[in-house]
Amino acid sequence: MDATIAGILALDGLTNGAIYALLALATVLVFTVTRVIFIPQGEFVAFGALTLALLQAGRVPGTVWFLLVLAAAVTLQDLVNGMRQRRPPIRLLAQAARTLAWPVAVSLLALWAAPKGLPMLAQAALTVALVTPFGPLIYRLAYESLADASVLVLLIVSVGVHFALVGLGLYFFGAEGFRNPSFWDQRFSLGGVTLSGQALIIIVASLALIVGLWLFFDRSLSGKALRATAVNRLGARLMGISSNSAGRLSFTMAAFIGALSGLLIGPTTTVFYDSGFLIGLKGFVAAVFAGLASYPLALVGALGVGLLESFGSFWASAYKEVIVFGSILPVLLWRSLRDPHSEEH
Amino acid sequence: MFRWAFPAFAAVMMLLPALPVPDFWITQSIYIGLYSLVALGLVLLTGVAGLISFGQAAFVGVGAYTAAFLSTKLGVSPWLTLLVGATLAVAAALVLGALTLRMSGHYLPLATIAWGLALNYSMANMEWLGKYDGILGIPTLQLFGVDLGTGRGLHPLVWALALLAALAALRLLDSRPGRAIRALKNGSTMAEAMGISTFRYKLTVFVFAAFLAAVSGWLFAYFQRSVSPSPFSINKGIEYLFMAVLGGVGQVWGAFLGSGVVRLVEDQLQVLLPRLIGTSGNFETIVFGIVLVVVLKYAPDGLWSFVGRWLPSHPRRRDWAGVTPLPRRAKPARGERLLDVQAVRKQFGGLLAVNDVSFGVHSGDIVALIGPNGAGKSTLFNLVTGVLPLSGGAVQWRGQSIGGKPSRAIARLGISRTFQHVKMIPEMTVLENVALGGYGRSRSGVLRAVLRLDRAEERQLFAEAEAQLARIGLAERMHELAGNLALGPQRLMEIARALATDPALLLLDEPAAGLRHHEKRSLAAVLRQLKDEGMSLLLVEHDMDFVMGLADRVVVMEFGTQLIEGTPAEVQASPAVRAAYLGTEH
Repeated sequence: MDATIAGILALDGLTNGAIYALLALATVLVFTVTRVIFIPQGEFVAFGALTLALLQAGRVPGTVWFLLVLAAAVTLQDLVNGMRQRRPPIRLLAQAARTLAWPVAVSLLALWAAPKGLPMLAQAALTVALVTPFGPLIYRLAYESLADASVLVLLIVSVGVHFALVGLGLYFFGAEGFRNPSFWDQRFSLGGVTLSGQALIIIVASLALIVGLWLFFDRSLSGKALRATAVNRLGARLMGISSNSAGRLSFTMAAFIGALSGLLIGPTTTVFYDSGFLIGLKGFVAAVFAGLASYPLALVGALGVGLLESFGSFWASAYKEVIVFGSILPVLLWRSLRDPHSEEH
Repeated sequence: MFRWAFPAFAAVMMLLPALPVPDFWITQSIYIGLYSLVALGLVLLTGVAGLISFGQAAFVGVGAYTAAFLSTKLGVSPWLTLLVGATLAVAAALVLGALTLRMSGHYLPLATIAWGLALNYSMANMEWLGKYDGILGIPTLQLFGVDLGTGRGLHPLVWALALLAALAALRLLDSRPGRAIRALKNGSTMAEAMGISTFRYKLTVFVFAAFLAAVSGWLFAYFQRSVSPSPFSINKGIEYLFMAVLGGVGQVWGAFLGSGVVRLVEDQLQVLLPRLIGTSGNFETIVFGIVLVVVLKYAPDGLWSFVGRWLPSHPRRRDWAGVTPLPRRAKPARGERLLDVQAVRKQFGGLLAVNDVSFGVHSGDIVALIGPNGAGKSTLFNLVTGVLPLSGGAVQWRGQSIGGKPSRAIARLGISRTFQHVKMIPEMTVLENVALGGYGRSRSGVLRAVLRLDRAEERQLFAEAEAQLARIGLAERMHELAGNLALGPQRLMEIARALATDPALLLLDEPAAGLRHHEKRSLAAVLRQLKDEGMSLLLVEHDMDFVMGLADRVVVMEFGTQLIEGTPAEVQASPAVRAAYLGTEH
C-alpha cells in the first residue's frame, strides 16, 4: 500500500464515517432521552434513499402509502384510547386532524409531484418531508404506552419494530435495489487523491448537521428540554416538560437524521429495502464506543468505524463486516475497564 | 399434576414416530424440539435472569457447523463433534459474557448482535466452510451403531434432549443456585448483600443458554444433512427471542409453547402471505414484529400464563422436619468491639454526603443511627456494607479492615442488612425469599442442583428459613408469594432473610417505616428478643419513641456530619440535637 491508496482509503473511510456519525448521534439522542435502543434507526436511511430513487424514476414512492398506513394506525389507536377514556368527540377529532394533517398533505404533494420530474433538490426536500414523520408515528404506535418499561423490554420492542419495518419495506418498495445519481459530479484533485463532489457534500452536510445539533441542544429551549429529560425524566416532568413530547421530538429528529443520511449515502452504494439494518448497526458500534451517552465520543467512534471499514475492505474485502462488527469486542473490553461498575437503574 | 403430566408428555413424544402420524408432522415436531432447546436457554436468560441475547442463532450455528465440518471433512464420530461444538460455543459465551456482564444490561444484547453478524459473515465468506452454499452431504446420525436417519429415528433423540433440558431447568430453578439466578433480575444489590456473586451467575446462565443452543445446532446438522449460513442469521436469533417472549418468558414450558406456535404459524404464513400479496418474500416478519410489540404491551407474561392459570399449584411439601440445622458461626463474646467506623467519608461529585463520621458497635448492643432526612444515614449503611466505595476513612470488623471489600464478602463475614425500600423477589414465596439468606451457608452448585444431589442441603435451608420466619412470627404465611404481602410483613420478611445469613451484626434500614402501631410494638419485641439472644444491631430509624425505648447507644447525624454519640438520655438532653430537629430560637 502506498500513500495514494492510503489517502483514498482514508477519504473513503471518513466519508462513510461521517454518515455513521450522524446515525450514532441519533442513536445516542434517542437512547438518552427515551432509553430506547433504537435498532430500526437504519431503516430510515434505506427509506430515504429508496424514496429519492423512486421520485427520480418518476414513480410514486411506496413511502407515501406506508406513511398513510402508519398515520391511520396511530389515529385509530388514539381514537380507541380516547373513547375508552370517554373524551369529548370534538377533541378526538381535533387530535386525529393534528395526527393526519402533515402525512396527508405531504402525501398529496408527493402524488402530484412524482410524475413532474422536479429538480433533484426539491425531490430531496420532499423525501425528507415524507420520511421524517415516520419517527414520531412509530414512537406513538410502539413505544409511548411502554415509556416506563425497562430498557430491555424497550429493546425487544425495537427488534419487533425492526422486523415489521423491514417486512413492510419489502412490501412497499419491492426487492429491487437502487443507486442514486450524485448530487454533484464535480471532482477535485488533492495531491493524487480525487475528492468527489458527493464526498464533499457528505462531509459538509454531516458537519453542518452536527453543528446544528449542538446549537439546538445548547441554545434552544426545546433542545434544553430534551437534555433535561435525558438527565432526569421525573425531574424534567416536574418542571413541566412532557416526556411524551420529548420522546416524539427525539424520534422526529432521529427520522430526520436517518432520511438525510439516506440521501447522502444513496449515490455511494446500492440500497435495498433491508440495507438500512447494517448501516444503522455501524452507527451502533460507534454509539457503544461512546457508552450510548457521549456525543463527541460517538463522533470519534463513527470515524473510526468508517476507517476500519475502508481499510478492512482493502486488506480482506470479504471480511470487512466481520472486522467492523468484531471490533466491538475490544471496544467493550475498553469500556468495561473504563467504568466497571455501571449498574443499571 | 406434574408427577404424571411430565412422564405422559415425554412418553407421547418418545412414541410419536411409532404412531401413524404423517411424516410432515414428525418433521414439524423435530423442528419444534430443536427450537425449544434454544428458546429454553432464552427463558432462563431473559425471563428468569433478565438478560437478553440476540446471538443464540449464532451459537446454534457453531454447533451445526462444527458437526458438519468435522463429520464431512474428517469423518469424526458424532460424540466428538458434539463435544467440540459445545466447547466452542461455551468458550465464545465465556468471552462475550466476561466482556459485557459486569456492565449495564444493554451491553450484552448489543454485543450478541455484533457477534451474530460477525459470525454469520464469517461462515458466508470462508472457503473451507463452503461460503454461501455451506456444507453438504453430512452423514446421518449413528449412535451406538444405530442409524437414526433424519425423521422418525431422530425424533426421540431430539425430544429426549429437549425434555432433559426442561427437567434440568425446572430442577435448577428450584434450588440454591436457581434462587440466586432468580434474584438477578431485580438489580444486584440485594443478591450481593446475601453473599451471591451476581456476575458469576449471569455468566453461568449465559453459558448454559449457549450450550443448549449448540446442542440444538448439533442435532440440526444431522437432521438437515446440510448447513448454510442463513438459518443462523441475526434474524433467526431475533426469532428465537420472539419464541421465548411469546411463549412466556420466565416459564420453562412457555419455551415449548412459543416454539410450537411460531413454527406452525410461520409455516402457514410463508405460504399464505406471498399468495395474498402477490410476490414472494419474507413477509412473515411483519406479523412477527407486530405480534411481538403487541404481546409486550398487552400480555407481557406470554401465552403460557393463559395455560398456567388453569393448572393447580401445590405448596411446597414440608419435608424438613427434624433435619440437622445448618452450622452456625461462633458468636463473638459479649462486649467485644465488633464494628469500628473511623472518620468515614463519602463524596458524590461536589456533595459531601458523609463527612468524617466515627462510632463503634459492641457485641450485644443496639445502636441507633438517627437524624433528619438527608442526613446521610442510608449512605453510611451502604458504606459499611460495601454497596458504595469509601471516599475516605476506614471501617473495621473485629479488628480486620473491610473498607473496599465487595458487599458479598462483607456479608460472608457476618454483617447482614435490610433495605430502606424492600428488595425481594415478588414471584417467589416468603419461604424461598428467606432461604436466599442461607445462600452463603450452603454449597450446592448448578450441577448438584440438576442431578438433585442437593436435596439434603435444601431441606436444611428451608428448615433454617422456617425457623427464622417463626422467630419473627411470620411462619404461618411462609407459602404465600412475597409480592402479595403488605409492607409491614415484607419488612419482617427482610429481617428473617437477614437472620438466615447467621449474622453477628444486623443492620436494619428504617425497619419501622410504614408499619402500623401494633406492628411496631411487635417489631420492637422481636428486636429485644434478638438482643437477648446475643445479636448486635445497628439501625436507622425516624420513630423516636421506637428508638429511645430500644437503643443502648444513639448516634445523631445532620447534613453528613456527626452531631453526638451517647446514651438515649444524653442525646435527648443535648441542645445540639434539639436544634437539629426543632430549629433554634433566634
